[in-house]
Amino acid sequence: MIRDITLGQFYPADSVIHKLDPRVKLAGTMVFIVSLFAFRAPEAYVVATLALAAVIRLSKVPLKFMLKGLKSILMILMITVVFNLFLIPGTPVLRIWKLTITQEGIETAVFMAIRLVYLIVGSSVMTLTTTPNSLTDGLEKALRPLKKIHVPVHEISMIMSIALRFIPILLEETDKIMKAQMARGADFDSGNIIQKAKNMVPLLVPLFISAFRRANDLAMAMEARGYHGGEGRTKMKPLIYAKRDKLAYLSMLCYLVVMFLASRSGLVERLLGL
Amino acid sequence: MGWKRKLSDGYDKVGLAAGLQDDWTGTGGYAEVGIIKGRKLSYDYQKFDEEGNPESTVRAVDAVDLDVETGDFVAILGHNGSGKSTLAKHINAILLPTEGTLYVDGKDTQDESKLWEIRQTAGMVFQNPDNQIIGTIVDEDVGFGPENLGVPCDEIWKRVEESLKAVGMWEYRAHSPNKLSGGQKQRVAIAGVVAMRPKCIVLDEPTAMLDPNGRKEVICTVRELNRRAHVTVLLITHYMEEVIEADKVLVMDQGKVVMQGTPKEIFSHVEELKSYRLDVPQATLVAYELQKKGVGLPDGILSMKELAEELEKLRS
Repeated sequence: MIRDITLGQFYPADSVIHKLDPRVKLAGTMVFIVSLFAFRAPEAYVVATLALAAVIRLSKVPLKFMLKGLKSILMILMITVVFNLFLIPGTPVLRIWKLTITQEGIETAVFMAIRLVYLIVGSSVMTLTTTPNSLTDGLEKALRPLKKIHVPVHEISMIMSIALRFIPILLEETDKIMKAQMARGADFDSGNIIQKAKNMVPLLVPLFISAFRRANDLAMAMEARGYHGGEGRTKMKPLIYAKRDKLAYLSMLCYLVVMFLASRSGLVERLLGL
Repeated sequence: MGWKRKLSDGYDKVGLAAGLQDDWTGTGGYAEVGIIKGRKLSYDYQKFDEEGNPESTVRAVDAVDLDVETGDFVAILGHNGSGKSTLAKHINAILLPTEGTLYVDGKDTQDESKLWEIRQTAGMVFQNPDNQIIGTIVDEDVGFGPENLGVPCDEIWKRVEESLKAVGMWEYRAHSPNKLSGGQKQRVAIAGVVAMRPKCIVLDEPTAMLDPNGRKEVICTVRELNRRAHVTVLLITHYMEEVIEADKVLVMDQGKVVMQGTPKEIFSHVEELKSYRLDVPQATLVAYELQKKGVGLPDGILSMKELAEELEKLRS
């Protein structure tokens, strides 16, 4: 079971979003996140909601998976909301003991909550529909211009994909070492935090030694197979933009325009004013 | 039933090496030319003390003369620490000789400008299957070598298909290597080397971490590559059963080549092999013990089948 982790969050399905070039998805996520923070009108959030809903629908990934990521930020979300509610000065609405809730506070809290939730859901769409490997490939290609200022783009992406490959192997190894140490009377569960951290030493030392040994072996194997950096290397699965990728870029542009227009329209205010 | 019989049975069912195209054979146009030539090859490991100063040197390979003909299946036998793995790493130019020379396909391994050519000529498969698979999907891993060589994209796909079929792993092309058995992983690693179209494959104890079934799978694959594609194979191992198939066997001890010859010749010296802490195959051992007791068996019996036949002959 532990071995399945390679796939990370990836949810395999046959959808347009899955087939998109990883660079498009990276760009799309960026655009979406920036748009969330750039426009601060209620109309903009309506547009963002519609767009997000449409993409989720297209991706054929069940909503349940999308919302899973929210669990991890629940605490942050609550703290943000509470702080915003009580600490922003403005016209008071409600007073409980010494704390005042202001209208501005409510507004900001709601905006922040929406932003955070959309941020997580939006990036989940990317990680759920893209395999980690194509994601690193996409990053490598998208960041290629940085090579000019001597950023080792190829190496970084190589490191990332090797790390992804070895996560399940090292997890399995951790499990093995843990069992071996437990068989010799090691105790990983009891005691306070400091005690527990100390108990990890007999687990971490062998794990690190083995990881270094693996790294050494792997480096040798890579060299033996002619690896000599990104120079003169061809790609087995090259990234080439298809028509759907261009369409996706176009829809991103449309999204931004609509977002801009909507935030200027004051539609919601007029509706409320009626 | 002997090891030999079982191997061929297994092979026929899988139909290995059938996918290899005719335009690639390990001989690469040469016929019976020495592909590996080592003269007075020596290698020293340096030991360092805690401050990083050289403390002592250990001679791992000691004045070895090595000659491998193109298309041969050569096995190098030796106990732990006999220097066989160190020797193997020289052929791929991972290690460079401290003294002496080594020519691979006419290229000096010390010549840095030829380094990548040599690595393409002599592919290498290592012991631990997990630590030599780079890709997260089987076909990506096989494509890693050709990618490094700068092979065009569609050619890579062609080679990947060919080599995966040659090792009988084509059905697993879309799998994650983590879900394969040890023997399967090792076959993927072999495919990864084959995809680079080497003239020679060096296997450094490829079966040491595998169970008996996995060992059979791997040895069978290697033998078929040698037979059908005429790739020169250098198999390093300490399992006696695996060298029976070889054309030539070298026995190493303490960095020196101490015995050389065909498997039959080697295995007729049971006492000598024992002195190098090597186990002879069971059939050979039984024949040897019987011989000592005065049964008129010939020297160098390798398999149970052979032994049975010889005993049958004696009875009639």
